[in-house]
Amino acid sequence: MPLGLIADTREVVASRELLVNLVRRELRSKYKGTALGWAWSLINPLATTAIFTVVFSTVMRVEPPIGVDGLHNYSLFLLCGLLTWNFMAGAVQGGMGALVGNGNLIKKTYFPRRLLVIATVVAAFVSYAIEMAVLSAIFLVVGVNVLPWLPLVLVVMVLLAFFALGFALMLSVVNVYFRDMAHFVALFMQIWFYATPIIYPITLIEGIENGDSWAGGYPVTEIYSLNPMVGFVESIRDMFYAGHLPHWQPLVLCVVVTVVLLFLGNRVFGRLETRLAEEL
Amino acid sequence: MSQTVIRVEDVAKRFRVYHERNQSLKIALMRGRRAKFDEFWALQDINLEIPQGKTFGLVGHNGSGKSTLLKCLARILVPDRGRITVDGKISALLELGAGFHPELSGRDNVYLNGSILGLTKKDIDLRFDDIVGFAGLEEFIDSPVKNYSSGMYVRLGFSVAINVDPDILMVDEVLAVGDEEFQRRCMAKFKEFKDQGRTIVVVSHALGTMRDMCDEVAWLDHGRLAGVGAPSDVVDHYVETSYSGDEGVTNQDGNLRVGSGEIRVSRVELLLGGASVTQAHTGDAVTLRIHYAAETAVPDAVFGIGIHTVTGQHVTGPNTKDGGLTVDVRPGGGYVDLAVPRLMLLPGTYELSTGVVDSTMIHTFDHQRSAMRFDVLVGDPGERLGVMSLGGQWKVGVRA
Repeated sequence: MPLGLIADTREVVASRELLVNLVRRELRSKYKGTALGWAWSLINPLATTAIFTVVFSTVMRVEPPIGVDGLHNYSLFLLCGLLTWNFMAGAVQGGMGALVGNGNLIKKTYFPRRLLVIATVVAAFVSYAIEMAVLSAIFLVVGVNVLPWLPLVLVVMVLLAFFALGFALMLSVVNVYFRDMAHFVALFMQIWFYATPIIYPITLIEGIENGDSWAGGYPVTEIYSLNPMVGFVESIRDMFYAGHLPHWQPLVLCVVVTVVLLFLGNRVFGRLETRLAEEL
Repeated sequence: MSQTVIRVEDVAKRFRVYHERNQSLKIALMRGRRAKFDEFWALQDINLEIPQGKTFGLVGHNGSGKSTLLKCLARILVPDRGRITVDGKISALLELGAGFHPELSGRDNVYLNGSILGLTKKDIDLRFDDIVGFAGLEEFIDSPVKNYSSGMYVRLGFSVAINVDPDILMVDEVLAVGDEEFQRRCMAKFKEFKDQGRTIVVVSHALGTMRDMCDEVAWLDHGRLAGVGAPSDVVDHYVETSYSGDEGVTNQDGNLRVGSGEIRVSRVELLLGGASVTQAHTGDAVTLRIHYAAETAVPDAVFGIGIHTVTGQHVTGPNTKDGGLTVDVRPGGGYVDLAVPRLMLLPGTYELSTGVVDSTMIHTFDHQRSAMRFDVLVGDPGERLGVMSLGGQWKVGVRA
C-alpha cells in the first residue's frame, strides 16, 4: 500500500516543472493589481499582531511567559504561533479550494491533479518562509540570536507543510462532492485556533484542571495535548522565544499524525480523483 | 508500417445524471446518501485501433459520446470499464487557452500552459519565438491576457498546443475559431503534422472538412460504435441514416437532402443567354442561379455550390462568403446568382450540389446533393483532357 504513495510521488516529481509554474502563478496572481503587492503578505500578520496585542495583552492582560534572556514581549510570543497557524490554516483552506477553483483546467487538460493542491500548499509555504525570515530578523534586532535554531525550525516548518498537505489533499476532493465542506472547515478552523496556544501561553491550560471552573477535574491537559497543532506551535515557540530545544513527545505525535494524514489524504484523493472532470 | 498508437479495448464510460443536484451535507445526511441520480452509459463496448500517422475522425450527433471518447483518450476522463493504451505524447486541443490565467502576461501564460502540456522550461525557451510568431502576438506578449481579444486568446492557446510537438494531437471542434487567415494556417499546420507522420484524432460536426481531412472515421451513435472506415463511406452513411428519419428528404431522383429548413433551396438553374439550359460549351458565359424560399429572416447566410464529376470528384466549390458577398435573407424568397464569365469546365457530365449555411459555416439550413446535372460540350478553348481548362495560351519560343 505505501507503494501507491511512492508511485504518486514519482509522478509529481516527474512534473516538477509544472509544479514550479503553478506555484509561480499562485504567488504572482495573489497580489496582482494591488498597489502594495507583496507587502500585503507582511502587513496582514503585522496588523493582526497589533490588534491582538492591544486586545489580549493591554486590555485582557494575558501575561506572556518569560523567554530567553528575560524576554517578555507579547507580540513576539504571539507571532511565533500566529504565523505558524496562519500558514496551516491558509494552506489547508487554499488547497481545499484548489480543485474547485481550477475546474476549467481539470475539465480540459490532463496533468496530475495533485499538483494543484501541492502548488497551493507550496505557495503558502513560500509566504510562510518569508514571514518567518522577517520574524527572525525582528528577534535579532531585539537582541535574541535565533540563528542556531533556524535549521531545526525549518524541519518543523516542512513537517507542518506535509501535515497541511495531507489535510488539503483529503479535503480538496471531498469539497468537490460536498461543497459545504468549505464552510464546515472554516467553522472548525475557528474552534481549532482557540484550541491551540497561539494567543495565550500553554501554561494557562495546565491551570484549568485544578481550578474551580466547570472544567475542573477533567483531564484537560491530556485532551489538549492530542491536538497536533500544539506540538507544531510550541516547538517553534520553544526555539525562537524560549531559546531551548522543543519537547520531543509532542513532536513525535506531530510526525505520526503527519504520516497518517498524508497517507490517508493521498488515498482518499486517489480514490475520488477519477471522476473529478465530471463532477466539477 | 502503420503501427497502432492508440488502442481502445472494451471501453465503457458511465455518467451520473443528478435529479436534485445539491452538494449539501445536511441534505445528504438526512437522506443517508448524497443525491439521487440515474446512471447512463455515455460509451459502451468501444473497440478501436488508431494507427500511427493517420488522421482519425470521430463523428456523431450531439450526445453520441464522441467528445467523451476523446476526453477518455486524453486521460481527462477515466473509463469505468475497459482499457485505453496510448503510445506517445498527447496534446489535446479541447478548449484553447484553458489554462490561461487572466492576470498574468501572455509570456507567463505560454510557460504555464506549455508546462501543463508537458514541456520543460528549456523546451519552451526554444519554441517561444515560434509560438508567439504563429499566434502573431509579438507586440502584446507582455500584456496580461485579460486585455486580449477572444481571437488573440484562442490564437495563443492554439499556438502553444500545436508547438508542443506531440506525437498525437487531439482536436475537438476548435477548427471553427479564429479568422479565416488563422484557420488556413491551422489547416496548414495540421497538414505539416500529418506529413511528419504524426497522428491526429479530430472531433467535428463539419462533415466536409472531416471527409477531406481524415484517413479514417469512426461513427458513434448513442455511445456505441456504429461504423469505422474510409471517411467517404462512413460520413455518407452517417449523414444518410441520421437525417433520413427526421428532416432529411430525398427528391425524386433519390438524392439526399439535409438541413434545418429555415432557408430552402427550391431550384438551381444554369442560365445561358437568359434561358435555363442543361447544356453549355466550354468558354460560355453562364450564370448559376440558386432560388430559395425562407421562413424567417436570416442575416448573413452563406450560399454555395459544389460541382462534382459523376465519379464524385470535387471540382470546385464557390460560396458567397468566399466571394465576399453578404446575403441577408428576408422572409419569402429570392435568388442569388453566380455569374461565370467563361465556363472553364471541360467536356463531360457534372453534378451540381447546392447548400445554404449560416455565417459560421457550421449550421446547415439546406443542403442538396446532386440538385441538378448538366453537360459540357466542346467549345473554346477546345481542350478535352481533364476536368478544367487553365485558359492558357500556347506560344513558341525561340532561343536567342
